[in-house]
Amino acid sequence: MSAGIDLDDVCCDFGKFRAVDHVNVNIQPGEFFSFLGPSGCGKTTILRMISGFTEPTEGAVRIGGKDMRGQRPNQRPTALIFQNLALFPLMPIWENIAFGLEVRGVDKAKRRARAEELLALVDLHDSADKMVSQLSGGQKQRVAIARALAVEPSVMLLDEPLSALDLKLRQHMRAELRAIQKRTGVTFVYITHDQGEALAMSDRVGVMSQGRLQQVANPRDIYNNPVNGFVASFVGENNILKGDVQNVADGMASFATAIGTFRARLPGAAGKLYVRPEHMVLQAMPGAENSVPVTLTEVAFEGNFISVHAVTENGTNLVAELRNDGSASIPAAGSQMHMAFDARNSSILPDSATAGG
Amino acid sequence: MNDLLRRYGTGLTWTFIGLTFFWLVILVILPDFKLLESSFRPYLPVVDVGGPKDVYSLNNYGQIFGNEVDFSFFGLHFMLAARVKVFVLTIFYSGVVTLITFILAYPLSFYLAKVVSPKSLPTLFLLLFVPLWVSEVLRSFAWYIILTLKGPLNAALMALGIISKEIRWIDGYSPVVVTLVYTYVLFMLFPLYNAMQSLDSNQIEAADDLGAPWWRIHWRVILPHAKPGIASGAVMVFMLSAGSLLVPAIINSTTGNWFTQTIQGIMLEGQDWNAGAAFAFMLLLFCTITVSLAMRVFRVKLSDIAK
Repeated sequence: MSAGIDLDDVCCDFGKFRAVDHVNVNIQPGEFFSFLGPSGCGKTTILRMISGFTEPTEGAVRIGGKDMRGQRPNQRPTALIFQNLALFPLMPIWENIAFGLEVRGVDKAKRRARAEELLALVDLHDSADKMVSQLSGGQKQRVAIARALAVEPSVMLLDEPLSALDLKLRQHMRAELRAIQKRTGVTFVYITHDQGEALAMSDRVGVMSQGRLQQVANPRDIYNNPVNGFVASFVGENNILKGDVQNVADGMASFATAIGTFRARLPGAAGKLYVRPEHMVLQAMPGAENSVPVTLTEVAFEGNFISVHAVTENGTNLVAELRNDGSASIPAAGSQMHMAFDARNSSILPDSATAGG
Repeated sequence: MNDLLRRYGTGLTWTFIGLTFFWLVILVILPDFKLLESSFRPYLPVVDVGGPKDVYSLNNYGQIFGNEVDFSFFGLHFMLAARVKVFVLTIFYSGVVTLITFILAYPLSFYLAKVVSPKSLPTLFLLLFVPLWVSEVLRSFAWYIILTLKGPLNAALMALGIISKEIRWIDGYSPVVVTLVYTYVLFMLFPLYNAMQSLDSNQIEAADDLGAPWWRIHWRVILPHAKPGIASGAVMVFMLSAGSLLVPAIINSTTGNWFTQTIQGIMLEGQDWNAGAAFAFMLLLFCTITVSLAMRVFRVKLSDIAK
């Protein structure tokens, strides 16, 4: 049984500080939804409001259509996985997993059997009688997931649970989490500051900044069609140019900057021009449009791509990432070339959602 | 050792070691050893010391028996030597003191460690410490005044209409227990506070989130975590209570003798240091046995307490 979550114009204040500011989002039953944002953006507060440790100052949190106001964490159909996991170190693994069942008065033999089942689900056979301290980081992670699944929650809340793991394990656990979510069909709400995690695992991502939800979309749209400068620069890298919008037509505009006038998409309000490094190309000759002469300052061979730093005549820094297809020649630092981009791959975006709205 | 020498030089290092050695061996171990040795020897006139009568025996220890009195304990009635009775009751009531201090200190230390905002902690700790600035003698006398027949406690209860006739509080073991609890409750509070403070609050929230009611969170998460703190607090309070002389000497009723008072009587009034030493070692031995048994029952290791 999974349930959807509605955050209905939710605000949360800590004293004078507004941690969450008018957030509206409907998370579908069975969806893997991530809140992505820098630390202090209010994403953890949202999680605590869903789990019941914090009550919203304004607005409503609904789970499965039911208003949760006044419901204690132990009354909500949610299970939270803490950032530091918060396993009980004085209980063996199986008692950790079965704790939620113990609370519900399930008898010992049934608890034990269920714990074994869940251990199998998270690929941790033969660990039932071990202590928490005997497990590795990744194994503890799985125990935490099993412990949360044991109470058969409608909603699983995960507070950056992978942040303490090393890179390899983190990538492995991403796939694992996604698989467990698909297998169980439980709604997952995932909190992270790691864009890679959010994009790789989620059905939809909500990007947050300063308590406000900036954009909610599927990972592809978040990356390819960010609605504002914050989303564009928090999720992925960008070349950012200041300038003025001229000649708007069919969602395209001319954009006059200090290093030339470029054509780019204009999806909404005016702002700055954003071009991703992987959309930049290097050419020996100037192109028909959106091309600027540069001097290469640094060329770094990164394996799957080549990172090229360049500077224009007036000192503006630009970055390009060239895919390494194994045959292309690697340009040398110091050479004079032209950096160009396709108008469809560049956007003029406002800075971020305006406050007070 | 080499580390010490490098850091402080030869002179200072040997001074430290010498002073520690002097304190430990000359001031603690040797006197205790002398007392232990004399506890096996008879109390003799000075001329006979070292003579043919001065032989080792367990006679001093045997002096605890004899002079049988009626003893009733939780409805059981039997005859027991007067001193054994005092001995048993001292250990029992020290246990009662320990239990009461635990019951008082547990909620308070939880409140201090997990509930109260850190900003008001210094004030609260100051309030807890203030009574310690007054000497133990004065605090015991204060309780004597509070509990006395025409004292403020009875006066207040009478004024409130709760009782119609003064209650004789200074009777049996209650005044000693009350005063010992008051004197030693902080020895329970601080180890408990330390233990609880080291508990990750997320574990409490995790248990809450998994549906546990507050009492189960305490029983399964907080109490087990605090066990080493409870153990070290309990050992301290129990040992200090059983060994306390000042409090019972000041506040005790005639019907509530403490075993330390028996020892004092033998040593100072009877001048029989040998028997006194024997009794003191019996008390030490039985306290140690009680503590070890309690630790076994509650599955606490000595290394846990040392933390």
